[in-house]
Amino acid sequence: MRGADIVVRSLIAEQAEIIFGYPGGAIMPVYDALYDYHDQIKHVLTRHEQGAIHAAQGYARISGKVGVCLATSGPGATNLITGLADAQIDSTPLVCITGQVAAHLLGTDAFQETDVMGISMPATKWNIQVRHAKDIAPAIAKAFFIARSGRPGAVLIDITKNAQVELEEFNYSPCQEFRSYKIHHPVDLPAIQEAAELINSASRPYLLFGQGVILGKAEAELKFFLDKSGIPAASTLLGSGALSQEHPNYVGKLGMHGNYAPNLLTNQCDVLIAVGMRFDDRVTGDLSRYAKQAKVIHLELDPSEINKNVKADVAVLGDCKESLATLTEAITGKKHEAWMAKFRALEQQEKEAVVQHDLTPTKAGLTMGEVIHQINQYKADDAVLVTDVGQHQMIAWRYFDYKKTRTQVTSGGLGTMGFALPAALGAQLHDYSRQVICVVGDGGIQMTIQELGTIMQTKAPVKIVLLNNNYLGMVRQWQQMFFDKRYSFTELDNPDFIKLADAYGIKAQKVDERSSLQEAIEDMLIHDGPFFLEVVVEKEDNVFPMIATGCSVEEVRLH
Amino acid sequence: MKRYTIFVITENFIGILNRITIIFTRRGINIDALTASESRIPGVHRITIEVTVTEETVIQLVNQIEKIIDVIKAFHHEDSGVVYQELALYKIPVSRLDGGLEKIIRDHHAKIIAAEPDFVVLELTGHKEKTRELLELLKDYGILEFARSGRVAVAKRMLTIDSFVN
Repeated sequence: MRGADIVVRSLIAEQAEIIFGYPGGAIMPVYDALYDYHDQIKHVLTRHEQGAIHAAQGYARISGKVGVCLATSGPGATNLITGLADAQIDSTPLVCITGQVAAHLLGTDAFQETDVMGISMPATKWNIQVRHAKDIAPAIAKAFFIARSGRPGAVLIDITKNAQVELEEFNYSPCQEFRSYKIHHPVDLPAIQEAAELINSASRPYLLFGQGVILGKAEAELKFFLDKSGIPAASTLLGSGALSQEHPNYVGKLGMHGNYAPNLLTNQCDVLIAVGMRFDDRVTGDLSRYAKQAKVIHLELDPSEINKNVKADVAVLGDCKESLATLTEAITGKKHEAWMAKFRALEQQEKEAVVQHDLTPTKAGLTMGEVIHQINQYKADDAVLVTDVGQHQMIAWRYFDYKKTRTQVTSGGLGTMGFALPAALGAQLHDYSRQVICVVGDGGIQMTIQELGTIMQTKAPVKIVLLNNNYLGMVRQWQQMFFDKRYSFTELDNPDFIKLADAYGIKAQKVDERSSLQEAIEDMLIHDGPFFLEVVVEKEDNVFPMIATGCSVEEVRLH
Repeated sequence: MKRYTIFVITENFIGILNRITIIFTRRGINIDALTASESRIPGVHRITIEVTVTEETVIQLVNQIEKIIDVIKAFHHEDSGVVYQELALYKIPVSRLDGGLEKIIRDHHAKIIAAEPDFVVLELTGHKEKTRELLELLKDYGILEFARSGRVAVAKRMLTIDSFVN
């Protein structure tokens, strides 16, 4: 069969259910092959390749499967780069296939030729160029294995046009291992013992968990560990959902706009246990003043993360599903009531200083927080929250009621504006019956707003909540706080979003006063089909608490 | 900061060198010298990188290099942990040859490896300090060209490539 058919048959062999893509000259043979297999594999035509890759990310994050993306050479491929970088830094498994000019034209500046291998290299876990049909199936097998195993990531396969039309036998054998790629690190028992001793003798132990718990499917192990140890636990942005926020040990969120107590008390614990998180600078603030008093235990799968930002006194390399379970057996059961009470007291301070303003405002203008608060009242327990980047992202994260794992999709490490709308589409297409709520700002949505067209065409019942303050709000907040209110190019004249949604045939409603908010949210969530809810919010509201750049976690500000 | 030799044992795939150097460029670190060659085992290449950084940085570099999918193993040594050699070539105009130059060649155990009507080429193998010292002396003799190889090195510890490959 043709190389192009081998591409599609290989994807089917890897149990890919859906491809997000955009056709073009150098990938046309694969699109031709898709025509024959449309009953075995679905393809979604987005309106831009960036939309395709973010949709594949949304799909991957919710399903736990590898997201698949297809694009042509040149601009098709370069339009994928933001998504590759985003997926790579957030450990999202992706396989992207790009067409490339015929092998004999490589390096000659042929039409729509670009050095995709070179451009994508820093943004991928692995990439490969295939120039012969015989190499297609092995490359795809290896790509899926690499994307999903170990610490997941983005993989790109660049296939020259001649390889797509060459004839070759199809034999597919999945890849299970190869010599340069070692992913299994057996749990280091002496390290576990050492960690257990530190934990057993600690009086103020504190656990931080990240997305590694979700990727490692270790949610139950985390819960058992916390149940037995009595240790307070806080979540990173991407870790949210790994532990129900109703768990008694859950104390809140970490980082620049996380909660007050979890940040402040980082510098008062005596043993800090980090599980599946990488001490990002948005979590640690000034590293030279981060948890210096504490012994640090780091449970981590990726050896290059250990000692990268925070030096570990005990490093437990390996899958946290195994290491957490082993550690749970090795510790003695405890309660840390006095220590926990410190978190609760500070939580109360945050409630009075910040949360009341956000959730039960006395001013006329609507706050982003009260919108999320209302969503919580009506959403399903397993509703997925997809957010873009900025103030709305931090507010939605702060107030969304995470009850289940894999309920959050956001751009964490890269902070990609324009991520949410296509990512929500991808998350929704994994499961039409799941509630997918896409919270966006007026800046970010306009970066990928063309994907309303894909939502229209697929009828994906995404609930889009636009929090409109006519500003690039987060940048404006920084300008207010650190640049003397010099609002340089952050105010937006926006289109009539309701008319726009209407043009795409998406039911839309605009809310600009408190009295109609609740009903609008209820209507949106019960609506059968996509819905666009624009909420006009206070123009110049700020997100607090906040750890300003260069400050220590203990300098977290409430206002 | 210290001088380190990083050894990378890798599959011989296209682009692997690029992936490795990206790790240095991202951090704004200059590679002092780099050599790539085949190893004892077919299909397995070894890359030797000389770099001047702190110990903390070299550990992170090595970890990130080893994370590259097609890299089999990466490790680093201080100068004391490796046996290494470099090769330098010096092109000198024939018109400047005299007794003084002959003495310099003898004292440094350099070799004349090519003699053309207009120039001769000297070869010296040795550590950087030694080849640099000769370069300084040859500046008085109108040196036309100078080229030095990257470090070729083997580790002192008794671990073989086979233990990583298999």
